[in-house]
Amino acid sequence: MGAMIKVNNLRKSFNGTEVLSGINEEINEGEVVVVIGPSGSGKSTFLRCLNLLETPDDGEVIIDGEQINLPKVDVNRVRQKMGMVFQHFNLFPHLTVKQNITLAPVELKKMTPEEADKKAMELLEIVGLSEKADAYPASLSGGQKQRIAIARSLAMEPEIMLFDEPTSALDPEMVGEVLDVMKRLAKSGMTMVVVTHEMGFAKEVGTRLLFIDEGNVLESGDPKEVFEHPQKERTKVFLSKVLV
Amino acid sequence: MSAWFTDLAETFKRCFIVEDRYMLLVNGIGVTIKVSILAAILGIIIGFFIAICNLSKKKPLNILGKVYTDVIRGTPSVTQLMIIYFVIFATVRWSKWIIAAIAFGINSGAYVSEIIRAGILSIDRGQTEAGRSLGLDAKQTMMKIVVPQAVKNIFPALCNEFITLVKETAIVGYVGLVDIQKAGDFIKSNTYEAFMPLIGTAIIYFVLIKILTVVFAKYEEHLRKSEIR
Repeated sequence: MGAMIKVNNLRKSFNGTEVLSGINEEINEGEVVVVIGPSGSGKSTFLRCLNLLETPDDGEVIIDGEQINLPKVDVNRVRQKMGMVFQHFNLFPHLTVKQNITLAPVELKKMTPEEADKKAMELLEIVGLSEKADAYPASLSGGQKQRIAIARSLAMEPEIMLFDEPTSALDPEMVGEVLDVMKRLAKSGMTMVVVTHEMGFAKEVGTRLLFIDEGNVLESGDPKEVFEHPQKERTKVFLSKVLV
Repeated sequence: MSAWFTDLAETFKRCFIVEDRYMLLVNGIGVTIKVSILAAILGIIIGFFIAICNLSKKKPLNILGKVYTDVIRGTPSVTQLMIIYFVIFATVRWSKWIIAAIAFGINSGAYVSEIIRAGILSIDRGQTEAGRSLGLDAKQTMMKIVVPQAVKNIFPALCNEFITLVKETAIVGYVGLVDIQKAGDFIKSNTYEAFMPLIGTAIIYFVLIKILTVVFAKYEEHLRKSEIR
């Protein structure tokens, strides 16, 4: 089985500061890779390079066997295969919940409006928010917004889902409902890359853990194994701070 | 006192009723409205493109946008109107009101572009990123996600610009169009009365703009319905 995501020597700098210093990584189909690391370590940048929200300075990003960070590649087509969920939800406030979900599939001619509507209702059922179909985002709680954001990404029927600190902006009592949706998604076999501070989720759902610090993958392995027996000193220090 | 009233009624009759002079004003209202609406439409179209130029990463487009805004803002609108009418459209035999509307549209576009630019910049980057991450291209993201939200934010400023525009059109008399202002002016010179026609002109403009204000306020309420919690 080939790698779903392959990254070779990925480098990225912002204003002369190197954020990613040559990352090499392979992620297979169905893996749930949890990325942890101190703030400013480059983990979000790594994720954002995968769907080219950030343009890598050097290296290769290969999705499904196709290198995507080349000028001739149609980025929009590639992005349709990869959903992304953001820390601050980024729902479209001028559209209803259902319109948020149907916008991309209809606009990109992937579905007719009727098909998209049907798909939206199915997804809302899955995330448990059917009754909010005609509500506007302003009327939803943070947890509800994030579940809608996940549904919106899933409407494009992606092969890969990227999560950029999906629970960091939530009130503590809403973290669970979002993680539940993500757990079910993981069980369904979706390939997921999750940047998070939720160590419980990492341990329970993650098939692999990446510890990124100063732009490098310092450690990679089974989450339980890494938590219990970190190999590197920096990993130990970080984990001792977060696993209280 | 009653003599004063009789006098006033007499002047009113002479200014507006005799020889159907009110028809001058009625037609004038039509001209003002026609010119204003076409100019506003052109202004928004031009303003949008200039705003996109100013926001673009391409240097030549930036320069084009900047020069446009500078030239229009740096010269009086009456001068622009006359240059466009007597120089640029000197040999083009379009209706006067259309040429005037083009002149005002070009003028208004410069101001509208700054409003639109601010509106687009006011939308969080995350909105664009969300759109792009779904696979929408830059144009789809702009038209379906950013612009509808920006319009809501800048609607009051656009209304303000439209009201300014309606009043600005009072200079179309310079190119021989008879709008509200010019109609009042005609009545003034025909009757040798200054008070009645000029106050009448002012009242007509005021009422017209009051109506616009009320309609805009209603529409803004409608636009804001997605913010109800």
